[in-house]
Amino acid sequence: MNRTKASSWEQLRNNRNWLGFWFMLPAMAFLVLFLVYPLGLGIWLSFTDARIGDPGKFVGLENYEWIMGDSKFQTAVFFTLLYTFVASVFKFGIGLYLALLLNQSMPFKAMIRAVILIPFIVPTVLSAIAFWWIFDPQFSVISWSLRQLGWIDGNINFLGDAWNARWSVIFANVWRGVPFIAITLLAGLQTLPPSLYEAATLDGATRWQMFRHVTYPLLTPIIAVVMTFSVLFTFTDFQLIKVLTNGGPAGATELMATMSYNTAILGSRIGEGSAVSTAMVPFLLAAIMFSWFGLQRRKWQQGEDND
Amino acid sequence: MTDAVIGRDDTEGMSYLSTLPRRLVTLYLPLSIIMIVLLFPFYWMTITAVKPKEHLLDLNAHNPFWTLSPTLSHIEELLFKTDYPLWLWNTMFIAVSATALSLVASVFAAYAITRIRYRGAQWIGGSIFLAYLVPPSILFIPLATVVFEYGLFDTPFALILTYPTILIPFSTWLLMGYFKTIPYELEECALIDGATRWQILIRIILPLAVPGLISAGIFCLTLCWNEFIYALTFINSTEKKTVPVAIVTAFTDGDQYRWGSLMAGALVGSLPLVVLYAFFVEHYVSAMTGAVKE
Repeated sequence: MNRTKASSWEQLRNNRNWLGFWFMLPAMAFLVLFLVYPLGLGIWLSFTDARIGDPGKFVGLENYEWIMGDSKFQTAVFFTLLYTFVASVFKFGIGLYLALLLNQSMPFKAMIRAVILIPFIVPTVLSAIAFWWIFDPQFSVISWSLRQLGWIDGNINFLGDAWNARWSVIFANVWRGVPFIAITLLAGLQTLPPSLYEAATLDGATRWQMFRHVTYPLLTPIIAVVMTFSVLFTFTDFQLIKVLTNGGPAGATELMATMSYNTAILGSRIGEGSAVSTAMVPFLLAAIMFSWFGLQRRKWQQGEDND
Repeated sequence: MTDAVIGRDDTEGMSYLSTLPRRLVTLYLPLSIIMIVLLFPFYWMTITAVKPKEHLLDLNAHNPFWTLSPTLSHIEELLFKTDYPLWLWNTMFIAVSATALSLVASVFAAYAITRIRYRGAQWIGGSIFLAYLVPPSILFIPLATVVFEYGLFDTPFALILTYPTILIPFSTWLLMGYFKTIPYELEECALIDGATRWQILIRIILPLAVPGLISAGIFCLTLCWNEFIYALTFINSTEKKTVPVAIVTAFTDGDQYRWGSLMAGALVGSLPLVVLYAFFVEHYVSAMTGAVKE
């Protein structure tokens, strides 16, 4: 009796699978309670007419039908895609360029690299406040400087005009995202073996050929992962828009994330808000697939058994 | 073979090929332009925070790029006439608690996945990576109802318990990378000497993974400090807010924005992170790149 008890306790303590289970328990508890469950709940809520303080009842696809027909939602999808695409292209271009610049030898290299990362360290909301002031309709320092140079007559209405506002928030997003991409790509560049460049030089390759045929192919796996992250976080961005324009003027800079916040939390229509945020999932899945194939390719390039 | 300089030093690369004027145009000029653009908002934030009020709204009488009469009145107002110190404390308390919880959970999870290798460990490792890719913006609505159900709404625990969902996937993934580099032989020796898994983790693995723990820890702190959407949704009372949320709502009385205080608040709110960053640059970089390279 006593012996079987002890042995089952022994088994619970030492069996590999049970031991794994106990070690995984805290992390899994957090992730199940606050990630998996809400994820499922969000999809369920998008099929109900829930309000704040009212669990609501199942209404089928009504919410989706409603948002599909809503011109605000269409504008939000359009701008979310535009925002993600334009910002990612610029972030990638400038980030890669900056990484290549930083990979050259120069004095104070470590310090320059450290300083470049500051926009990434400072909380987005706080740097967005600085941009808010830079883009002020009356006291913008950009308008002032351009006026002094005599290039413009009146102040630029950065955040009050639909397209100006769109380009302004895209600029702020690029500004914030470039350091992350540059520093991660730089880390990738530093792992490339110098012997390849020596060989390319002996073969008479130009700088462009070296970039195109040595650097770029070797960097592709890291680029794939970094850009997946970047696309994912740009697509689901919330903070920058909330602080800079709050979706205005007239919904021109509304993203799907800010729209779901405004609908569900401020408008108290949880069902419709959940439908808006659930509508982001297919796009995110596409980005994750992209990452998956990027990782696969990395394994293939480095040999099968790298772990 | 003809030129010994080629193989001399890999950090030098082949830069000896470029002359100074060429480097000036292809390297230093673009680099300085990018750096000026990246840093200007911080310069602007700082200079606005120390300018007297009347200078802020009159760009023509006073050169906006410089000030001859710096004042600490905005910062003073911020620290003594608002709840700012309280918000700073809230942010710090929530960030430290959430980071501590996440690190403990992540150390166990990462160790189990890399070393105990229970059935399905690979699969769990993959799904943790997927959890990393679930963004807060699609979770905050259902999470708000969950937080309400559990009775956590408008308490710091709403944030302390939800932030780990962002932090655990990241730090588990990062620590897995560190744990994999620790040789198995050390553990085998300890097992032969009769150590339990717990002792191995505490006495052998953790001391060797200290750099990884620091990287994960400071990166988690930064993520918590930066978090906005949960803090905005789950906290209602002004005195319980965190800095990023409080600051955007506090200094806008109607149409009148108090730019000086706003900028001082943004500056003071960023400083702790920048100081932390200054001490641990290399850890930050390895945390950032580690998660991507794994």
